[in-house]
Amino acid sequence: MNYKTIRYVLSWVLKIEAFCMILPLICAIVYKEHNIWIWLFTIAMCFFSGVLLCKKPPQNKTIYAKDGFVAVALSWIVLSIFGAFPLFFTGSVPSFINALFETVSGFTTTGASVIADLDALPKSIIFWRSFTHWIGGMGVLVFLVALLPLTGSGNFFLIKAESPGPAVSKLVPRVKTTAKILYIIYIGLTVLQVILLLCGGMKLFDAITLTFGTAGTGGFGISNAGFSVYSSYCQIVITVFMIIFGIDFSIYHLIIMRKFRTAFKSDEVRTYLGIILASVVIICFNCRHLYTSLFDTVKHSAFQVASIITTTGYTTVDFNLWPELSKSLLVLLMFFGACAGSTGGGIKISRVMIMFKSIIKEVRILAHPKSTLKIKMNGRAVEHETVRAVNVFMMAYILIFAMSMLVISLDNLDFTTNFTAVAATINNVGPGLGAVGPMANFSVYSPLSLFVLICDMLIGRLEIFPLLLLVSPYTWKK
Amino acid sequence: MNIIIVGCGKVGQKLAELLNDEKDHNITVVDTRYSVVQDLINQYDIMGVVGSAMNVETMQDAGIDDADILIAVTGSDELNMLTCLMAKKLGKCRTIARVRKPDYMRTVDLIKDELSLAMVINPERAAASVIARLLRFPSAIQIDTFAKGRIEILKFKIGEYSVLNNFKVQDIVAKLGCDVLVCGVERGNDTFIPGGNFVLRGGDLVSIVASINAEAAFFKKIGIKNNRVKDTMIIGGGEIAYYLAQKLADTGIDVKIIEKNPKKCEELCQLLPKATIINGDGTDNRLLLEEGLENAESFVSLTNMDEENILLSLYAKSKTNGKVITKINRIAYDKVIDNLDLGATIYPKNITAENIIRFVRAKKNSIGNSIETMHFILDGKAEALEFRITENSPISNVPIGELNIKENILIACINRGGKIIMPRGNDIIRTGDSVIIVALRAGVADIGDILK
Repeated sequence: MNYKTIRYVLSWVLKIEAFCMILPLICAIVYKEHNIWIWLFTIAMCFFSGVLLCKKPPQNKTIYAKDGFVAVALSWIVLSIFGAFPLFFTGSVPSFINALFETVSGFTTTGASVIADLDALPKSIIFWRSFTHWIGGMGVLVFLVALLPLTGSGNFFLIKAESPGPAVSKLVPRVKTTAKILYIIYIGLTVLQVILLLCGGMKLFDAITLTFGTAGTGGFGISNAGFSVYSSYCQIVITVFMIIFGIDFSIYHLIIMRKFRTAFKSDEVRTYLGIILASVVIICFNCRHLYTSLFDTVKHSAFQVASIITTTGYTTVDFNLWPELSKSLLVLLMFFGACAGSTGGGIKISRVMIMFKSIIKEVRILAHPKSTLKIKMNGRAVEHETVRAVNVFMMAYILIFAMSMLVISLDNLDFTTNFTAVAATINNVGPGLGAVGPMANFSVYSPLSLFVLICDMLIGRLEIFPLLLLVSPYTWKK
Repeated sequence: MNIIIVGCGKVGQKLAELLNDEKDHNITVVDTRYSVVQDLINQYDIMGVVGSAMNVETMQDAGIDDADILIAVTGSDELNMLTCLMAKKLGKCRTIARVRKPDYMRTVDLIKDELSLAMVINPERAAASVIARLLRFPSAIQIDTFAKGRIEILKFKIGEYSVLNNFKVQDIVAKLGCDVLVCGVERGNDTFIPGGNFVLRGGDLVSIVASINAEAAFFKKIGIKNNRVKDTMIIGGGEIAYYLAQKLADTGIDVKIIEKNPKKCEELCQLLPKATIINGDGTDNRLLLEEGLENAESFVSLTNMDEENILLSLYAKSKTNGKVITKINRIAYDKVIDNLDLGATIYPKNITAENIIRFVRAKKNSIGNSIETMHFILDGKAEALEFRITENSPISNVPIGELNIKENILIACINRGGKIIMPRGNDIIRTGDSVIIVALRAGVADIGDILK
């Protein structure tokens, strides 16, 4: 274990977090809030903890898979703990575990909240909550790799552990350049969305915070009024951008490189768009009696489908009141999630596809026992290693899901609430159904359940294995 | 530069490692084996594509469109050449192919033109020429040539009773009156570029830069016998043995090849009329003694088994005082092997990789001050580079003593139109000179890089 390099990475994570907190500080100054000192204090605390953790860069920066995974898991934990301090110090939330829940929910781009009255919060805190979505969306380690002189071999493990998807690959040969390209696309799309929202007459603060929530596929609300105050135009812009941020970022790289044919050939993206289209049609049909005009029906169902499948979790309407078919479909979409290599959560479309194709393959093998079959994606055979990893991922996922449900049912809430609470957190969606529906929040749960859900969010964001590795005794055995 | 390496065998892996260390290349490796590619991309900061190099889509995935150099080093000569041909059709890159079959090598110039290859590398022939050089200068462990063979960097070991034991580096010029320069010393695990006050000790591996004549005089002074060998015994009749025998036969060295396979013996016999071909097991020590191992002036073990080569060389070392050379293909424990006191060891994959890197560097510098020659010296820890000085070079027309040169970099030699100058503080480098630089740190790509 290369402890020195892990400490070095952690120290930089803290320094970057301190740097990120300057934005809400500016926000606090602009709105002349009383919590400027709290921000300054937290920034100083973050920065000096980072400085103390590691004074000089280590000599041997080579890291192996194990070190990479542990570094990523620890980074996210440290990031969340320090990110929770502003919420706790400003008294926005009553206890530290609630503040931690809120922050983890932010960084993991879940968007599940324990705060009932958003209008009572200072603007800077609202801003910070949304900004954590943006930071967590593309990943802080990706940012680190793009900037830091971490030249030792094995950097790729850091990105690998943080990026979602069954088989993470680079866009270009150098990790550093790959990370830079990802962030440039990310920032570019973010700026574009802010501009489009401003064109729709949205206020700058709202446009920026809502864009952060969309870009990271997070979904924190910014006011009690919700989305009903914005024009249809703004809602449509947000719908489109949610879908855009749910697409594999390598597709955008291909488009920038003018390789349109390869870009449009991606099986995953086609399936993703197909699922969205089919779901919108079904829900429109199912909910046709709820809204007066066809436009409204399509608008609300498209917004909700995009919001759930990309695991954003914004809501324009209370889908808790929708018919059962629509609700069940939305819960199913929670599990599907967005494309691999996007900022979205969930199981990921490509994994679902591989599993689905495995089933077809198995059936065909039963029909023709001696046939040789390979699972294919984008016209290419999927490596056996990848298929195995997907299967194991699924098993671990179901197991963790079941265990979490068992623990949180101690609070004696109904089954729908418990089931969707775990589904909404482990898939990084945000709102569930029942007592944790779009118009309610997670403060109904006890601290123990909140802790379990915090773990679920981190497990979901980092795709299970980094955290399992962190608590596994094999990792720490000499 | 964008570089594609096709084939991730021994040489492919070594190339990926060395080019990755140079920091300013974008490397993509292509191989049909998933696990090998996976291993490499986990180890180095490079991209991997799994697939056949003959597949157009695979090559496009690997970025053939904007590749600068394609290096084909798969196990098959035909595939390498075809890959290069296709790369030429798909993109605008320079191509390097490894071609090792002697049959192909004979028509290599023709192939080169037809396929418009920038470089054809034959690891066996390259290894053979390094061995041949060592046999001509048996006291050396490693010899690298510069300035078209006029200057050499030569590595040798100081014996316990040598004159050079407890000798100051500056006294070599002062007391011995030899115009040679010590450019590197390896002592245990440490590597130095010594200053004038550095004291040499017995057991040190010393690398010197000198012209051919100065070198001969120097070895005479310090009492090291340095005549070229008169005969050599080669175990294993593979391709290196063939190329080596061919080279040595031209210089009049008696060659004896011991090979197990009778068919191969017959082939060699036809190809090498001057050599003595013995059909027998090289590991049979009675046979070796019968064939005169004890009186052999040199012994080269070139079988396909690294372990066998090492043992054979150790045995030969115990029986003869001649020069012993060992070929090692696979084993990566250089340090352990060095401790065995095998004498000179040859790593064909390193030699191949070195040749290709030299080409890549030279390509990168085709504008400005170009690298003429490059060798890895001091056990791969340092590089010796030969630069041609063009007009407006930052180091020309200034006395060397006044140049602000980085630490661990040495201006080792100046070649002015065939006249070899060992640089002193008040010498001035002029346009048109070629200069040899020894640098401990990798990555000197331009002559300007040596200045602070």
